[in-house]
Amino acid sequence: MTPTTHHNHAIDVDPTGHSDHHDHDHDDEHGGASHSTFKGYMTGFVLAVILTVIPFWLVMGKVFPNSSTTAFIVMGIAAVQVVVHMIYFLHMNTRSEGGWSLLALGFTFVVLVIMMAGSIWVMYNLNANMMPTMQEMKNMP
Amino acid sequence: MTATTYSVTGDALGGQDSGVKAPDNQRFYLPGEHHPENGTLLGFWFYLLSDCLIFAVLFAVYAVVGRSYAAGPSGADLFNLQLVAANTAVLLLSSITYGFSMLEMQRRRVKPTLVWLGITGVLGVIFTGITIYEFAHLIHEGASPQRSAFLSAFFGLVGTHALHVAFGIIWLVVLMVQVGRGGLIAENRRRLMCLSMFWHFLDVIWIGVFTFVYLMGSLP
Repeated sequence: MTPTTHHNHAIDVDPTGHSDHHDHDHDDEHGGASHSTFKGYMTGFVLAVILTVIPFWLVMGKVFPNSSTTAFIVMGIAAVQVVVHMIYFLHMNTRSEGGWSLLALGFTFVVLVIMMAGSIWVMYNLNANMMPTMQEMKNMP
Repeated sequence: MTATTYSVTGDALGGQDSGVKAPDNQRFYLPGEHHPENGTLLGFWFYLLSDCLIFAVLFAVYAVVGRSYAAGPSGADLFNLQLVAANTAVLLLSSITYGFSMLEMQRRRVKPTLVWLGITGVLGVIFTGITIYEFAHLIHEGASPQRSAFLSAFFGLVGTHALHVAFGIIWLVVLMVQVGRGGLIAENRRRLMCLSMFWHFLDVIWIGVFTFVYLMGSLP
């Protein structure tokens, strides 16, 4: 490290630390949240409508005879739509809140996957072993 | 390496010479407390993510017992997809109207902001109304939460979402009153942005609900 880098660091960081806290007037424009635009909202809305209409059409119009094909496609489209909402409506990007939003989202996603996979696995087995059905009881000794 | 490095290392290790004496360009830490701008929004984002976990648990329950009908009606028998499509359209529309209200807020125009907020609220009321109608209809048909594990999980998940929307409407009305009284001051704008995140978040959850519960439940 050279003195020059320290110098730059101090200059970059100090304004946020010392910024005038009484002046919140411009915080929401320059701070964490990004500036929303009409174009952004409309892009998100049009994409969301398309991504909503397709799964409803697939299921209501019985487009595929195979249920699992439909389920697979519908789930894929839902995942895409969640991302669209996150970007265009919730204004997620790598810069918002200095990257902390995205980091928190990533952490939640990891917890979510572990929890969902674990719960479904454990609870499915519990549920399957819970109570013998009438049919099974008849076959018991 | 220069003398500067030594002084910085000394500070970081809590050495004798206090960093206050060091010139700005040699300081290793920030003097004073670092107070993030928009701390509220980041905090609210954390709340939303924890709320997300509540829904994740309810989704997990539904995934496990969603096909345990106890010889009762299945999703394919019960769900009225036209109604669900209408509900989805209403909620999606309310998302964009809230977005318009945020755009007006950025232009500091109080009246259009309030009008769009009002429209959003009305759409939210329609959504909640349709859900209540659906629930009442199901219970009337005998498909009450007590009927089967599937119905318990269904009412639990969809009911929690509808409850969130209902509280969002209350919050929205409170904010409309506050904006009407105090105008678009910084505090009110911050509150509106929090509600914006909440409202859009509920729409994201609804994507999961209509996909996993209604559409996939209606598949043969």
